[in-house]
Amino acid sequence: MAEKKIMLGNEAIARGAWEAGVTVSAAYPGTPSTEISESIVKYDEVYAEWSPNEKVAMEVAIGASMAGARALASMKHVGVNVASDPLYTVSYIGVNGGLVLVAADDPGLYSSQNEQDSRAVARASKIPVVEPSDSGEAKEFIKFAYDLSEKYDTPVMLRTTTRLSHSQGLVTLEERAERELKPYVKDFRKNVMMPGNAKGRHLHVEARENQMAVDGCDFPINRVEMRDTKVGVITSGIPYQYVREAMPDASVLKLGMVNPLPKQLILDFAKKVETLYIVEELDPIIEEQVKSWGVACKGKELLTVQGEYSANMLREKILGQTLELESPAAAPQRPPILCPGCPHRSTFYAIQRLGLHAAGDIGCYTLGAVAPLSVVDTTVCMGSSISTLHGMEKARGKEYVKNWVATIGDSTFMHTGVNSLMNMVYNQATGTVLILDNSTTGMTGHQDHAGTGKTLKGDIVNAIDVTKLCEGMGVPNVRTVNAFDVKALMAAIKEEVAKDELSVIIVKAPCALLNKAKITMQYKVNPDTCRACGSCMKPGCPAMTKGADGKVVINDTMCNGCGLCAQLCPFGAIEKVEV
Amino acid sequence: MDTKNIMIVGVGGQGTLLTSRILGGIAREAGYDVKLSEVHGMAQRGGSVVTFVRYGDSVAEPIVEEGCADVLIAFERLEALRYAHFLKKDGVLIANDQRIDPMPVVIGAAEYPENILENLEKKYKVLKIDAMSEAKKLGNARAFNTIVLGMAAKHMDFSKEAWLSVIERTVPPKTVELNKTAFLAGYNL
Repeated sequence: MAEKKIMLGNEAIARGAWEAGVTVSAAYPGTPSTEISESIVKYDEVYAEWSPNEKVAMEVAIGASMAGARALASMKHVGVNVASDPLYTVSYIGVNGGLVLVAADDPGLYSSQNEQDSRAVARASKIPVVEPSDSGEAKEFIKFAYDLSEKYDTPVMLRTTTRLSHSQGLVTLEERAERELKPYVKDFRKNVMMPGNAKGRHLHVEARENQMAVDGCDFPINRVEMRDTKVGVITSGIPYQYVREAMPDASVLKLGMVNPLPKQLILDFAKKVETLYIVEELDPIIEEQVKSWGVACKGKELLTVQGEYSANMLREKILGQTLELESPAAAPQRPPILCPGCPHRSTFYAIQRLGLHAAGDIGCYTLGAVAPLSVVDTTVCMGSSISTLHGMEKARGKEYVKNWVATIGDSTFMHTGVNSLMNMVYNQATGTVLILDNSTTGMTGHQDHAGTGKTLKGDIVNAIDVTKLCEGMGVPNVRTVNAFDVKALMAAIKEEVAKDELSVIIVKAPCALLNKAKITMQYKVNPDTCRACGSCMKPGCPAMTKGADGKVVINDTMCNGCGLCAQLCPFGAIEKVEV
Repeated sequence: MDTKNIMIVGVGGQGTLLTSRILGGIAREAGYDVKLSEVHGMAQRGGSVVTFVRYGDSVAEPIVEEGCADVLIAFERLEALRYAHFLKKDGVLIANDQRIDPMPVVIGAAEYPENILENLEKKYKVLKIDAMSEAKKLGNARAFNTIVLGMAAKHMDFSKEAWLSVIERTVPPKTVELNKTAFLAGYNL
């Protein structure tokens, strides 16, 4: 019997890509897609890289496909936006070696800035989408996606969601199919998308969509499970599992390909059932198309376009059951926070003390927006801190932005911050940009990037020097400050924001979790000298609590030894201890 | 066998992922179908985290629905309170008697509820343990979660030997002995 292994959805996607003979994988980390790259890199046959952003990753995969290899690009849903420029056009070009884009959506917003539905991007760019509903299918479907890609000359999207990517389930392991590189063929009309050629390729795209909508009716990944015909459900992905739990007697059309829709299969199924429901998380992508064909069905009038579904939700909303459930207890919220010893805490504390606003960005440091620091005023998308600060200056003048800084992490700076800084240089901005350099991509769990000097494969390479990069672009003031030296940091920021010139301050200290095992010192409060003034508590370190007497206690299982609290104590009551 | 529903809740960074992987591993070894659902990303930064483990003959959804948990393992008191309503009527709460203040409490915007476990005991079967103190006795506070797992293990369908063997293969090699000792400390309580 074939070996079965318990695997994360993302590990299964990587396994499937490997079995399909993929040799090139490119990605930028982003929850919930990150573990795809972290898993595929373990297969020696695959070249896998962290690219600086998703557009680059997509183009690397396109190049590999043009060169005849099977290639993978993986990213979170908002990364697909960054990659959408090449995506919309590679839809026209098609492929040589199979090309799959994994788009990882985040219904419920576990770790994202919006809740967009990647199927809408796939529809707009006219590429097929496969959507598995557990780890086992994830592995099977990506292999099928590579076959589709080569058969129909199209990039294929595999859509996953957080619940699938971060769930584990059983996967049947199979051998890898080694594939020869397809010969490279110079093909001006197919690969050079200038207007005359693109017109011709657009015909291919439309014909392909029509053909796949017909052929899809016979794809094994689109499956009819006929049971009681009173109720029929069309569903796909993770919601299929909720349908199985809540409505075990219902007939189900389980779609494995959600774009283009297998129209005839859906029409036939609709005829066989009395009441038809469409169960899909996020937007009514299937439902609106099915309704446009004149098929009566119910969907979003019962079910939300927000967040995740559950079996209980279907029991209540579709079956009309009243579930006798306990109400959740009233409990204070526990939002995510900066870790003990996080260098961002000290940075935001300095900004707060100076009374400045921060244009924020995407990363752990978005948490500078919440109490007690509350200095980050804006967060849009990767790289936006620098450009929004620039826009503010152009709207309100250079005196106004002396009350502001932009805060962006090192990995996010490499992602798209560089372009924005280039714009500030070019268009004569005078703002101050803080690059919070913690030597890693923190929030997604410590991935390397072009500035860390190490690749996804673990090779040691030249790290891009951020100081030289900024100086090379012509930033007139570039300096580096230790994130944990609050006084020096405050002085540096004060000086730079006052200048009528563009400044970059590289605020440097490694992520507290990077070297957690190597902590050599911690801090403790001397209760004899602590006067319970609360100064040390102001930055909101989670390792610190006030005792009944108002004096502070530092939790020795949480303290990472950054020493910020000791710098803030006016009475010298916080002491260093070796551990 | 009916599907068994286990939940592990705690504060990001407390090690819920490792515990769920041990659980998934043991259910798999015993030949069950198994699904786990985890939380990665931003919520792991000190936020409230919940992990689901389901095993049985055939498992469909990877999450545990409200009112369906057989065993709720809570690494922290407030998180026990937050998720207690997921327990089914005869479900068991294994609660680590530890308090970690969430930021709204730290900054004085909310109060940490008093007598959480005592109040939960009125409604549910609650087994509590001060695992942090037990772990410190073993010389490493970080092993507290394996002690809690040891206590929960008695409410599941696997032998002590099976647990120890899965722990050996799941935890980082350097921590095998510590984790085995910690597991037994909880198991024998």
